[in-house]
Amino acid sequence: MASSREIKRRIRSVKNVAQITRAMEMVSASKMRRAQRNVLATRPYADRLMDVISELSLRINSGARRNTLLEPRAVINNVALVVITPDRGLCGSLVANVLRRSGRFILDQQKQNRGVETYAIGKRGRDFMARTQQHLVGEITKLGDAPKLEDTLGIASNVVSGFRGQQYDEVYMVYSEFVNTLVQRPALRRLIPIEPPTDATSTRRFDYTYEPDQQDVLYELLPRYIEVQIYQAILEGIASEHSARMVAMRNATNNAKDLVRDLTLTYNKTRQASITNEVNEIASGAAALEG
Amino acid sequence: MPIQLEIVTAERVVYSDQVDQVNVPTKDGRVGILPRHAPLLTILDIGEMTIIKSGERTPYALFGGFMEVLPNRVTILADTCERADEIDEARAERARINAEERLRQRQSDQDLALAEAELRRAMIRLRVAQIQKMRRQ
Repeated sequence: MASSREIKRRIRSVKNVAQITRAMEMVSASKMRRAQRNVLATRPYADRLMDVISELSLRINSGARRNTLLEPRAVINNVALVVITPDRGLCGSLVANVLRRSGRFILDQQKQNRGVETYAIGKRGRDFMARTQQHLVGEITKLGDAPKLEDTLGIASNVVSGFRGQQYDEVYMVYSEFVNTLVQRPALRRLIPIEPPTDATSTRRFDYTYEPDQQDVLYELLPRYIEVQIYQAILEGIASEHSARMVAMRNATNNAKDLVRDLTLTYNKTRQASITNEVNEIASGAAALEG
Repeated sequence: MPIQLEIVTAERVVYSDQVDQVNVPTKDGRVGILPRHAPLLTILDIGEMTIIKSGERTPYALFGGFMEVLPNRVTILADTCERADEIDEARAERARINAEERLRQRQSDQDLALAEAELRRAMIRLRVAQIQKMRRQ
């Protein structure tokens, strides 16, 4: 059994760790709340944009639709994948889940003899692509906790022009969907071609006038949707990251507390054992003298 | 009958209220939207936008986007939009000087175009801030 001094030192270090993980938990909790607010703030724009696009897609003729981001291609040879991860770890299985989903997607595509080019947002994803020797063509890292839309536009414009230039026939993204504080789910979404919701709940039927004309409006409008989808996914990723980290840190704090309890018990037992020992020794010493 | 006007950017909701009229810069020139305007979907330019509500005119700096006009509802999907009192005039002034400097140096075409766009944005910010100030006096 370890000496009581060693156990005492161990208790102190575990308590220190618990203090740090506690602090990290609280930091993550406040960052998560902010990140959630940011996610919600982008919703109106994305929803409105989707309204307009679905309205538009119902009424444009197939001629105008051709060669836009709405038109699926008959043959798919090359795809692009945007992988969104945090820059840092210490957030449970979040990163691993996103990367596993991405890896499966890439293998799937390669089995169908499709070329895959990848874009990484976040260091973890970038390192994964480098480690597994994927074709990484673009990256954004160090976005921080509250990225601005303009910081994230580079990748959106690359995939849009890649699709328009026939370099890609489809574009996907994998990110961590924020379900709630305890649940974050890796999600795979197709970015291009854009699929407007087909549900005819939209009761608004209006014949717009287009200025300058339908083609131009579509050409400008559709990329905005890709941009905001990527932006939203990044923000959801950040909210997921912080809530996953918060939960991971809470677990760590609880584990540390359990450990401290066990160690304190062991410490007391050792202390008691050594006292008993001493008493025994004194008693037997005294007995020996008397005898 | 007022118009329900909503201005949103990817980052936030900038404005949401009933207004009497809104004047916006489009790619084909400035347009004013009054209640019961015909449905319209148009690309917006950068420039100053004016919201008119019970006789009061509020200037905004608008930097591109789209406008969807339905009979009594106008949605502006702005790339960026700032209310006059959100504009940091000193910063816009610095941006203007900086852009003019870059224009004078005449580097590559791309750089020139960027500097020009930067200059335009700075000028609009300054103008909107100015208008607001004049009105206050």
